[in-house]
Amino acid sequence: MSFVLVQVIVGGLLLGAVYALFSSGLTLVWGMMNIVNFAHGDFVMLGMYVAYVVYTLMGGGPILGAPLATLVLATVGVVVYFALIRDIMKGPMLAQILGTFGLALLLRYSVFWWFGANFLSMPQNIVGGTYGFAGLRIEASRLLAGVVALLVTLGLHLLLTRTSLGSKMLAVAEDQTAAQLMGIRPDAMQAIAWAIAAGATGLAGALIANFFYIVPTVGETLGIVAFVTVSLGGFGSVPGALVAGLLIGVIESLSGYLIGAVYKDIIVYVMFLLFLWFRPQGLMGKT
Amino acid sequence: MTLKHVTGLLCAAAMSLAFAAGARAEDKVVKIGVIMPMSGGTASIGAHAKAALEVAMDIINNAHPELGNLPLAKNAGLAGLGGARIEAVFADNQGNPATGQNQALRLITEDKVAAVFGSYQSGVTLTSSAIAEKYGIPFLNSESVAANLTERGFKWFFRTTPIATDFAKIYTDFLADMKATGAKTDAIALVHDNTEYGTSVANTISAAFKEKGQPVALDVAYPVNATDLQGQVLQLKDKKPDVIIMISYTSDAILFAKTMQSLDYKPAILLADDAGYSDPSFIKAVGKISQGVFNRSSWVVGPPGSVSAVIADMYKKKSGEEMDDTVARQMQGFFVLADAIDRAGSTDPAKVQATLKATDLKADQLMIGYKGVKFDDKGQNILASGAIIQLQDGENYVSVWPKANAEKPPALPYKGW
Repeated sequence: MSFVLVQVIVGGLLLGAVYALFSSGLTLVWGMMNIVNFAHGDFVMLGMYVAYVVYTLMGGGPILGAPLATLVLATVGVVVYFALIRDIMKGPMLAQILGTFGLALLLRYSVFWWFGANFLSMPQNIVGGTYGFAGLRIEASRLLAGVVALLVTLGLHLLLTRTSLGSKMLAVAEDQTAAQLMGIRPDAMQAIAWAIAAGATGLAGALIANFFYIVPTVGETLGIVAFVTVSLGGFGSVPGALVAGLLIGVIESLSGYLIGAVYKDIIVYVMFLLFLWFRPQGLMGKT
Repeated sequence: MTLKHVTGLLCAAAMSLAFAAGARAEDKVVKIGVIMPMSGGTASIGAHAKAALEVAMDIINNAHPELGNLPLAKNAGLAGLGGARIEAVFADNQGNPATGQNQALRLITEDKVAAVFGSYQSGVTLTSSAIAEKYGIPFLNSESVAANLTERGFKWFFRTTPIATDFAKIYTDFLADMKATGAKTDAIALVHDNTEYGTSVANTISAAFKEKGQPVALDVAYPVNATDLQGQVLQLKDKKPDVIIMISYTSDAILFAKTMQSLDYKPAILLADDAGYSDPSFIKAVGKISQGVFNRSSWVVGPPGSVSAVIADMYKKKSGEEMDDTVARQMQGFFVLADAIDRAGSTDPAKVQATLKATDLKADQLMIGYKGVKFDDKGQNILASGAIIQLQDGENYVSVWPKANAEKPPALPYKGW
């Protein structure tokens, strides 16, 4: 029994780390530009398809697929920023919501049209099977995803708080005009933010692809998790997304095991509502 | 005359041409509204269904004398309506009961379809058929198995597929046979999602086993399109049931297979209730790690040249996929509906309802393995039947039970990967 419980918690932590990774891109964009990117889940989906195409065309595993997915999605991020976000940022809130929502549908159904609606899957052992130690079973692909997710999320946090690029990005987020007076170009900074956010999301997608099914609508399923994680962690806070992601992963696994999976969403969303009530800025968000 | 005027005139001319063409075609076309999940988590099902119905329309609208006894195949179009063509109007239900309901309304009131066909998910069929009932338009369902759909006293609802109560009987009989050959089948676990399909089928199966004096030992419910199923698999691993009956759509079926492998868990017998496990993309994605899974099916391909083999070929050419049980049941249902309209000799709803009620197709007039098609007062096909198939090599299902029609004996225990 206790072994199983440990397995449940470890599984939850690994899953949570990946939640954190694909949420950090959303929180970054949200924090910097006050833009709610409804296409976020579909960026994850694109990352998964890039990894899949890399595997089917070149036979490459995550060593090739993950960096490529990061690059491709970073490019997509920049393109999306200049083609869409830069303009709708000036518009009303509704334009932003509809703009990114439209982008989500465009991405989803382009992939749908190109690849069809069939479920795809990476081969099981592409990352090297499953390790068992002390009765615990840990899948290499999940371990890889969890560890990379932790490192990248921490790296993102350090980038934002410890480098001059990060300071510039935060300056633009704080006050565009003041930043411009200091010689920082908001356009460039925001494009970089989109590249980083989308790149991290693509990386998350490529890592998840190793243990999840791949289908054009998978972004719907994963996008909701990202929104809850970001709201719980605090808008714009990367460490908040990390803690919230881990928390949600463990709560989901534990409640799924102990009281039945049908109820696990109730636990997560009750917690979410309580947070909105008592601490609307989230775990680590600033008021 | 300015350019604006010229374009205006051209537009008017084009429109009048379109109207004229529309009017000419209309008296020779019978429209059937088809509600399927064309997007959303089960979009692969909708895509396959669309291909299958296009093949069915080809068979009905063109002459196919090679298809023997299959009604409507021999000549082009519906003879009863002067050779009218069948045209399916596809509508996307997004896997959502509310959307399905709106689409039924649109098809009936705006497209003026003669009948409605659909809607895959039991939960969507539940809502969309209620609209057809309200408007007095025949609704034919070919694949939703929740038992309660035909328990609502509806007059316009007809269902050709075998349903949960039929399958529950198949499962209890099959497991009793397995037990007789020495397999352990005492503790049974039901794993199902929280949709109309998952919960109602689980309840029906659970009741059937209880009646046999063997109550279900463990009931594992999970939310549909789950992001993670480790908790459920560990719960099963902890309780060690002898038999697991899986009631899942494709996405969750794939995630279960992957999670069971990563946590190294195999029950002795894994028995799937169709749905996701019949989706060809399930076999392509995780067939190799699901070797030995049992599944139910009414679809068996006959020898080359037989009706089922010819249709399977046509479908493969159209869609690039192997024919599976779900699309076969859908195609069969579509034929039954078209046949009823043909015999009615009209698209008058009451006449079609009457001919549907009078339907009496024999086994040799079908493309699928039912004993026939004949509806009871509730609109349920009483001659529907099914068999057990097994994914022995991880690539193709073979029929294994009942013994009379089996290609191979059932292989135990569940092999997995």
